[in-house]
Amino acid sequence: MCGLPLISHPNLIAGIEHCDDAGVYKLRDDLAIILTLDFFTPIVDDPYTFGQVAVANSLSDVYAMGGEPLTAMNIICFPIRTMDISILHEILRGGLDKMKEANVLLVGGHSVEDNELKYGLSVTGTVHPDHVYLNRGAEAGDALVLTKPLGTGIINTILKADMASAEMVNKSVRCMAELNKKAADVMRQFSSIHACTDVTGFGLLGHASEMIEGSDVGMVVDASKVPIFSEVQPFVEMGIIPGGLNRNRNFRMPMVEVDNSCPPWLVDVFFDPQTSGGLLIALSADDADRMVRQMNDIGIVDASVIGEVVSEPKGKIIVM
Amino acid sequence: MSKIIDARGFSCPQPVLMTLDEIRSGEVTELEVLVDTDTSKENVSRAAVSQGWTIIKVREEGDGYAVVIKKD
Repeated sequence: MCGLPLISHPNLIAGIEHCDDAGVYKLRDDLAIILTLDFFTPIVDDPYTFGQVAVANSLSDVYAMGGEPLTAMNIICFPIRTMDISILHEILRGGLDKMKEANVLLVGGHSVEDNELKYGLSVTGTVHPDHVYLNRGAEAGDALVLTKPLGTGIINTILKADMASAEMVNKSVRCMAELNKKAADVMRQFSSIHACTDVTGFGLLGHASEMIEGSDVGMVVDASKVPIFSEVQPFVEMGIIPGGLNRNRNFRMPMVEVDNSCPPWLVDVFFDPQTSGGLLIALSADDADRMVRQMNDIGIVDASVIGEVVSEPKGKIIVM
Repeated sequence: MSKIIDARGFSCPQPVLMTLDEIRSGEVTELEVLVDTDTSKENVSRAAVSQGWTIIKVREEGDGYAVVIKKD
């Protein structure tokens, strides 16, 4: 949207100005709709699983804004002349099952012929206008919580290189197909949520940068507490990493200071582009441990406090 | 013995895999890897170092780079 005029309207709660996860429009004083759209090319071989991951990824933006997704429309690009239609059927079945799990109704969609297969959703949800979580708003003293491990982008690349173990791929796929619904349900019970986003294409430090860029707070990330798929280490050290990771790092490194105690491969993992990544939440430190414990108790085992929001240095992230 | 790998036009992780294949074949002691992105340049350099090779030089070549690596 670079170079285009920003759009403002009295009912627009979140638009395009701060890279929020979805658009939010106030209908009434007690009701706003959330609108979001996402689709991409396959990142796993199995079509049913791809459908599941694509839907979990598309719904995630609504959860990150504090909302409840209600309806969805399929977006399908399919090479009908060269690919068997049964593959599309499996993708849609995987997607539909995931929507069912999320209590989301599929109400339509659109398909076009394309040389490259793509699938995703346009999603509509609702939220109370006073309880919208934006990616801006983190306050000094807040704790930072991440709900899923990092490394799925690297594992996708290891898979492309034909070097991934079945166990590694299974773990990664389970993580990507996991809805952020349960984490969001726990999060919404806490009144001190100051900011939230989901970790996707820009990686942990990319999305963390968006939360504080140009603001009057900074962040300190405790590298040893960030949940990751540690089996990616030898591959990262060998250069088996996605191109997007380097782009993320080169773009955001000016905002990041890394302590010598944090090894370079781990910094790379913190910039790994995630598909259907976890929620990154800034909330009062008093509530953070309790929220994480509640998440851990219902099976979100990787949810962890990974750092804090600080008043100095402003607009910077220190990784130590 | 040295060899040139032309990895231009390939995206990640292909240039790294082509480099690793050649290093592991054990047939060469010096390689010149041609790449066309900064990402490939960094990743190929990293792959070489991870296998105990040394980066002799990286020079700009056309729109990309030539990464010259050598077995220690």
